[in-house]
Amino acid sequence: MRRTLVAAALISTLAMAGAEPPPVQRVDVVAKRYSFTPAEIVLKRGVPVELDITALDFTHGFKVPDLDIRVDLVQGQVTRVTFTPDKAGRFDFLCDNFCGAGHEEMGGHFVVRD
Amino acid sequence: MIDRREFLRLTTLGGGAVFASALTGCAGSMMGGSGRDDFMFVQLSDAHWGYKGPANPESQNTLREAVAAVNALPTQPEFIVFTGDLTHSTDDPVERRRRLKEFRDIIGGLSVQTIHFMPGEHDASLDRGAAFQELFGPTHYRFEHRGVQFIAIDNVSDPGASVGEEQIAWLQGELARIDTNTPIVVFTHRPLFDLVPKWDWATRDGSRVITALQSHRNVTVFYGHIHQEHHFRTGDIAHHAAKSLIFPLPAPDSAPTRAPLPWDPAQPNKGLGYRSVDAAGMPAAFALREYPLVRT
Repeated sequence: MRRTLVAAALISTLAMAGAEPPPVQRVDVVAKRYSFTPAEIVLKRGVPVELDITALDFTHGFKVPDLDIRVDLVQGQVTRVTFTPDKAGRFDFLCDNFCGAGHEEMGGHFVVRD
Repeated sequence: MIDRREFLRLTTLGGGAVFASALTGCAGSMMGGSGRDDFMFVQLSDAHWGYKGPANPESQNTLREAVAAVNALPTQPEFIVFTGDLTHSTDDPVERRRRLKEFRDIIGGLSVQTIHFMPGEHDASLDRGAAFQELFGPTHYRFEHRGVQFIAIDNVSDPGASVGEEQIAWLQGELARIDTNTPIVVFTHRPLFDLVPKWDWATRDGSRVITALQSHRNVTVFYGHIHQEHHFRTGDIAHHAAKSLIFPLPAPDSAPTRAPLPWDPAQPNKGLGYRSVDAAGMPAAFALREYPLVRT
């Protein structure tokens, strides 16, 4: 599969500082009609996140309104979404490309903890 | 049709049954209008023909009940508009066409056959409007009725809920031909503004459409999609969502998800309905009457 890189927010000042790179929270996600798996993703605030999302059966959308993130998840590819959560809380995500009769059920959420 | 006295009575009723959409600075003109341009139309929305599920176990009856209810109105509308989701989505192109044809056959029972159709995402997003156009014609268009310009905007044929560059250019061209004081009514399926983005209750480039519409003074939008009565303003533009004819959805951002409200066997049509819109005088202001869908 071709890997698509999508940088929603990439922070990298570490090379300059010569500091230990921060841990990265990597999560593999599968998008298929009509669910994201996992649908709940627990994250730690302030730690960079890499989501590798595989869309199996449709070019789904991935939208996180409260984090200002949206990408198309091209069918048959892995789409990487990177960001660093800077606030704790629950943040919903959804498929925003209409994908069929169960489209309205296709969503999930992040739980960002301090 | 309503006269001045009736309009005043309607606009002073409580309980949300009637909603007056008078444009800023226009109410006085409306009340003093000649009445020669008064008319009424009916908005029906979100029939989801073909839906089978627990949110409406009696889905086979609901659309027919709506047809009977509109036919029983004491005053018949001059036209009817369906603001999308005529049918429930299916992956099967043959089944999609079958549902659209069945829908067309059922609403053939309406006494008023001047009907303007729009697609919803359930009708059009999986084939970019192909089946809908075969059976109902264009997905965006303009027409004039008694001095009011009506513009149907398609924000569903793109599965990503964009109106798109081409249609926005078309809209701007149409608006350029309309006097800025002429009342404009926009029909669309999704809200053009960000009502609840996390529930996909938005149009991706809706802000560009609203910006284009702001070139005119008297613009009112009627839409569907959210399966409930809802009223909102962006600047001087009023946006009115209609109830559905299949199942109600939760109030905006009032629940963890936008799952349909549970069906109540004691009130099988609870939350379903339609509206009439009285355009009184020129420049136009609109009195909305919300009708529950009741058993006849």
